Amino acid sequence: MPGIDMQMIAYRQRAGGHPQCAAAPRIDGRSAMTTIVESLQLALRLILAVDAELLHIVGLSLRVSLSACAIGALIGLLAGAWLAVARFPGHAILVWLVNTLLALPSVVVGLVVYLLLSRSGPLGSWGILFTPKAMVVAQSILVVPLIAALTRRLVLDGLRDGGDQLRSMGAGPLTTALLMLLHERLGAVTILLTAFGRAVSEVGAVMVVGGNILGVTRVMTTAIALETAKGDLPLALALGIVLLGVVGLVNLLIGWLQPRGAVVREVWA
Amino acid sequence: MTPAPTSPQLLIDLHEVSVRFGATLALDRVNLALRRGERLALVGANGSGKSTLLRLLHGLVDSTGLRETHRLEPEQRAPVAAMLFQRPFLISLSVRWNVLLGLWLRGVPRAQREARCREALRRVGLEGQAARPARELSGGQQQRLALARAWALQPDILLLDEPTASLDPSAKREVEALIAEVGRDGPTMVMATHNLGQAKQLATRVVYLEGGRLVVDLPVERFFNESLPHEAAQFLKGELPWA
Repeated sequence: MPGIDMQMIAYRQRAGGHPQCAAAPRIDGRSAMTTIVESLQLALRLILAVDAELLHIVGLSLRVSLSACAIGALIGLLAGAWLAVARFPGHAILVWLVNTLLALPSVVVGLVVYLLLSRSGPLGSWGILFTPKAMVVAQSILVVPLIAALTRRLVLDGLRDGGDQLRSMGAGPLTTALLMLLHERLGAVTILLTAFGRAVSEVGAVMVVGGNILGVTRVMTTAIALETAKGDLPLALALGIVLLGVVGLVNLLIGWLQPRGAVVREVWA
Repeated sequence: MTPAPTSPQLLIDLHEVSVRFGATLALDRVNLALRRGERLALVGANGSGKSTLLRLLHGLVDSTGLRETHRLEPEQRAPVAAMLFQRPFLISLSVRWNVLLGLWLRGVPRAQREARCREALRRVGLEGQAARPARELSGGQQQRLALARAWALQPDILLLDEPTASLDPSAKREVEALIAEVGRDGPTMVMATHNLGQAKQLATRVVYLEGGRLVVDLPVERFFNESLPHEAAQFLKGELPWA
């Protein structure tokens, strides 16, 4: 992004910092305001210039996070529905574990996946470390507990209203749970949007297993982390604004795809 | 109390059956024989065990004691039961899909589903609303849809849990008329109700429950004309306090 680099150099010179300074510029109240304004202008220029590198980064972010959410949805929705109706020894422990994993730090997921996929790890033969596939694996692991725990709660709430009635119609436990998920599909979409938000905004896991390689595994969050470390706070913030805009657009698109835009109303209500 | 006169065939037989929810004894050693073609009204105060007894008859709650379901004669198959609840639960789909879903869950062959669905909706006067989202219907229409969903199954036993309790007088009359029409088709009916007029009008036999115990089990004319145990008599006079 050469154009952007030149703007950043001009910004740093105005702020009294060295153009190649790696440390973050000193930010007082006035310059903080300037940073935000600069960031908004930069974000706008980045979008209007249709920068190829930015497009690649945004595209990869979306591909990785949407793939992870698709895998997470398949596993998490089924697991959550099953946990809502299944009763077996150890059920309470499994529910506790899933709920605990809601707080799973992304960097820990990254570390575990790194150990599994590293050359000497049990899945080292797959050879996918530092590739987008490894990032998908890590983000999938991150979102599965979130989707499962929230789905279980959604189904349980629904069962209180209509579980008996569905059973009285001849539905078995898992069918009852899946029908409840169909009934509460707007809630399920909201859960998936939450999971997507978690995946696309995390930085720890993708940084560890992807390596933030330019043009290969660099996504929005790792790019933001890199620019922040370099001291380019306005650019980092501008990328953050672009990321937020992209997530907002995805949410709008999903809402638009729903009949009569009911999801948009529900999520924003 | 003398048990009610019996119809020819026994469908469900409860012998010393109890149901417990945690520390609460919802049904206490109940004995009841449900026979084919009967229209049984379950009456009693709130918390007396009417809904639990209905759920027990449908096999929705665990119990201790003996609960036997007999095969139909001469069809040689298990009776099909359907249940109507006070507040029907309708899936967020169209009216038509709610009926089709019930048929699918009961394993009705695909070839029959559409015709049965159309006929059931026609009988409750909802054929013009088939494509409408079920949740957008009024309370009375929702109950009519639930009745259509049950009706489409062609049940041998229809269990009704205060189906008109949450309806306005006009919707209540409509649903009562439909229930009476379903009754004319000949299924065995068991209805929990607070409405003694409804029991008198629709039932052939009345069971009075109190604190989870079955206290009175009589044909309808004897229930309303004979002297009953003190609490049942008070209930009949409308003097029983709300539980």
